[in-house]
Amino acid sequence: MKPFRYQAPSSVDAAVEAVEPMGVPGQGGAFLAGGTTLIDLMKLSVATPPSVTDIKNLSLDGIEEADGEVRVGARVTMAEAASHPIFLDRAPVLSDALWKAASPQLRNVATLGGNILQRTRCPYFRDNVSPCNKRDPGSGCAAIGGINRLLAVLGTSESCIATYAGDFANALILFDTTVETHRAAEGPRQIELEDLHVLPEDHPERETVLADDELITGYRFRLPDWARRSVYVKARDRESYAFALASAAVALDLDGETIREARIGLGGVATVPWRAREAEDFLKGKTVSEETGLQAGRIAFESAQGYEHNAFKIPLGRQVVAKAIFDAARKDVSGSAGQSEGAN
Amino acid sequence: MADDRMTFEATPTMDIETQDKVESAERAAENGNVGAALSRVDGPLKVTGQARYAADFAVPNPLYAHLVISTVGKGRITAIKDEAARKVKGVRAIYSHANKLDSGSAKFFAAGGQAQQSWEPFAEPDVRFYGETVGLVVAETILAAREAAAALSFDYETSDPAAVFGADGVERQDMPDKTITKGDFTSAFEAAPVKIASDYETAPNVHNAMELFATTAHWVGDKLTVYVPSQWVKGFQIGLAEELGIDEANIEIVCPFVGGGFGGKGSLFTWVSLIAAASRELGRPVKLYVTREQGFTTASFRAETRQRVRLGAGEDGRFQALEHAGEELTSRADNYFVNGQEATVRMYQADAIRTELATIHADRQTPGFMRAPAETPYFFGLESAVDEIARELSMDPVELRIKNDTMVDPVDGVPYTSRSLKECFRQGGEAFGWSNYTPEIGSMNEDEWLIGWGVATSTYPTQMSPCTVRIHLDVTGEARLQVASHDLGTGAYTVLTQAVAEELGIEPSQVRVELGDSRLPPGTIAGGSITTASNVSAIMIACERIRNRLGIEKGSDTDLAAAFDRFGQAGIEEYAEWTPPGAKKDAPKTLYNGKVKIVGGPEEDYTAFAFGAIFSEVRINKYTREIRVPRMTGAFAAGRIMNAKTAKSQYLGGMVWGIGHALHEVAEVDPRTGAYMNDNISEYLVPVNADVPNMDAIIVPEVDDKVNPAGVKGIGEIGIVGVAASIANAVHHATGKRLRRIPIRLDDLVDV
Repeated sequence: MKPFRYQAPSSVDAAVEAVEPMGVPGQGGAFLAGGTTLIDLMKLSVATPPSVTDIKNLSLDGIEEADGEVRVGARVTMAEAASHPIFLDRAPVLSDALWKAASPQLRNVATLGGNILQRTRCPYFRDNVSPCNKRDPGSGCAAIGGINRLLAVLGTSESCIATYAGDFANALILFDTTVETHRAAEGPRQIELEDLHVLPEDHPERETVLADDELITGYRFRLPDWARRSVYVKARDRESYAFALASAAVALDLDGETIREARIGLGGVATVPWRAREAEDFLKGKTVSEETGLQAGRIAFESAQGYEHNAFKIPLGRQVVAKAIFDAARKDVSGSAGQSEGAN
Repeated sequence: MADDRMTFEATPTMDIETQDKVESAERAAENGNVGAALSRVDGPLKVTGQARYAADFAVPNPLYAHLVISTVGKGRITAIKDEAARKVKGVRAIYSHANKLDSGSAKFFAAGGQAQQSWEPFAEPDVRFYGETVGLVVAETILAAREAAAALSFDYETSDPAAVFGADGVERQDMPDKTITKGDFTSAFEAAPVKIASDYETAPNVHNAMELFATTAHWVGDKLTVYVPSQWVKGFQIGLAEELGIDEANIEIVCPFVGGGFGGKGSLFTWVSLIAAASRELGRPVKLYVTREQGFTTASFRAETRQRVRLGAGEDGRFQALEHAGEELTSRADNYFVNGQEATVRMYQADAIRTELATIHADRQTPGFMRAPAETPYFFGLESAVDEIARELSMDPVELRIKNDTMVDPVDGVPYTSRSLKECFRQGGEAFGWSNYTPEIGSMNEDEWLIGWGVATSTYPTQMSPCTVRIHLDVTGEARLQVASHDLGTGAYTVLTQAVAEELGIEPSQVRVELGDSRLPPGTIAGGSITTASNVSAIMIACERIRNRLGIEKGSDTDLAAAFDRFGQAGIEEYAEWTPPGAKKDAPKTLYNGKVKIVGGPEEDYTAFAFGAIFSEVRINKYTREIRVPRMTGAFAAGRIMNAKTAKSQYLGGMVWGIGHALHEVAEVDPRTGAYMNDNISEYLVPVNADVPNMDAIIVPEVDDKVNPAGVKGIGEIGIVGVAASIANAVHHATGKRLRRIPIRLDDLVDV
């Protein structure tokens, strides 16, 4: 690890002033919260920030609801959110996506602000050696033609097929969430979560629209009543503590067996948190059935492109979407849905 | 935790042969052939953090080292850019081939030496595989060492590595001298009315023991102490003395506790002599931490295999012809192989038998031991093939195995010292509920779950090595056992404590056991599942001498104080050497030279194996195709069991690893570079708790008074053997898909 300057300012204004933007993605100072991605990448020398600005003294905490709007602080931990009644009962997909990620130790320290910005696990990005347009712009992409079983099939480009590794964002994106941020000169702004991440295209080094000195302070979203009918299905190689091979966040507004509205987020298959809007549109007015679910899955993966080892994610993804639709449709929402399985 | 399966109930449907077994088992239980489930004597030390592992030993004023590994898979170092690294505050030295340390040259363990490979990392500028040690940074702090190592860069002249099976440039070495033949396989196979011929593949695996490879070298004058996790302290001592060119008497290897070895700590690591030489040159102790990532390439691994099995049977299910051929990957320089066909062709009776072995030399590190090195990969092939022919025969896979059971080694025609395979299948099947098995594919599915059951035979050769021990007993009844053997977390401290207590008629709490130090009388390498049988056999001799000198009988209620009174001294010390049957009488002496003569398995007059049966249930989600193993039962017969609790842990640990072997573990090699692309435990998966919800290991009682004086068969490795096949067979039962390459992952079950 390269030496760096450490600071822990006590206000949001001071933090964004202190962070030392460099104007080049990945080169500037970094905000530190749980550190579960940042410290890992610093140990690998993939991230070498000159300074680290710890936000532990900032009061960006709490989960509250007012006027039908839920507000979540950026420093709320994954564990805290996963067990919060609003997440558990009102939108189980949010709780599920958190419980099914990482391990208890990680969930106890990782925070939601950083979680959304989790970096890819692409091994060619992390090895600090291979050509990688994300780490070293213009150097090429070793993952295309390499070991790419875990990499993306949606939203890829000739420059990058790195998977967005997180789970929570794929669920949060269902609720038209607004991300609240703060910058040094410009102050606060609001960004739609769906607009936060950018596709790799020719510049995979740019992952979000955030400025270098811009800090996520929290999230705001409204939960429709039918968000209770929501699930997160995560297919993975082992039962716990593994990244998604394909995951689907689904919320359904049902009228009997008829779908009034469906929302679908995908994980483990795309370069950014992915909303499957065409599949959502298709489901409107359809009756829940195996064929409808699979057809929605097919539509969701229409633009997918498989590579040497990850083509299986396309049929898998379709089936995961179908399962998530059934599971949501079958979900008992009569009482409190707050029975989390606990273990992920 | 009491094991309620240890009492044994006869069922009225048993045949005569089984009835005999039951009586033998009852005798076994009565005469204490299954030892008390004593909790680990070192448990309190471990849970309170007092057990000292190699990294825990403090040395005065140490320097810290960090390895630098190659980032190309084949080539030659043309320049070393160390300007930035040398500027890092606290850096004391940077070593590479350009300023080679005086660390001697290594001799490969399979060629009569002790080292993990046949060459020394800094011997030349050539890079032989991706991740090879090419540099060593020594600094005042671990942080400075790592920072400087990251700042160090090498220029390479590279060429394309041939790192995997099938790559251009790998070299095949056939080993006809390893071929086993019986009868005429070709014509027997030709004539067999029912037959299968299938190819199987197993993946490269990495040990990933919880304890990393921390190594410390500390010189005081010309005496060197090395703290390093080791499964063979005597070998490390001898090997290091050879490499450094110093008197072995001046070297002590210390590791009283090892945090998992699995074979990966069995041969002398290349960095040990580097650290020792750097410490000698710099005049201060040097401490090295090899990172998890570096451990993937700088230590050994289990190499991938490709196998062909051809099996022919009569309509009645009796095997008429069995051929098992294997190809194993190895490094360019070293011809390491495991040749598990030696065991697979001894599982079942067959009229004609043939094996073949070849190694494929590639640009990779030299492979090495990993839990049941030979049996783990090759039983995947054999036991899958047996399942395949059971399908062809429309026979129950348990029945087919029992039909082909044999009490005589089918290759050599000599008897097994004991073989309780039928009983393992009977008890295992009863516990698992095999009578509810319905053979049709998919016939046990429920809702959205495809459910399958599978079985496999498990085995491991019963092996022993010479062993020397020193035991001291004093008038108060306190005893001390000293032997340079090892406890890798297996329970050796505990079972050796029990053996001494039993032999001397004292309480386990009165016994102190010292292990893991090369100054102690040379014991056993912690490999081949030989520790218990060999050490206990030596302990029995030493204790008998003590009893004889004291004039006391084994098992009698002796007044030790009175006996010592008569003896006229307050303490007795006895040193004993044990030579296993079949080894030369001077074998214990060669132990002092670091040479281990392992005997057992197939021998001239007998064949010694432990046996087991594995039953697995898999559930595959219809949509996600995720494969899970909600249930597994293993039943094992391995002679006298010293401690029911530690034995069960060994079995279960092996079975858990078997799930990983079947479904998770693969070191993903990028064929373009030879790099392992998942060199961390986030992406190199092993089962977690949620993957092993319901597992049981049954101890099937067995008396074997021929195998060794202790009547003990090794149990450390058998638990993993056959598990992968039992799971693959269950996947076939659930889905109709015969998957012949492991790990089996959901990719294999999704139709692309």
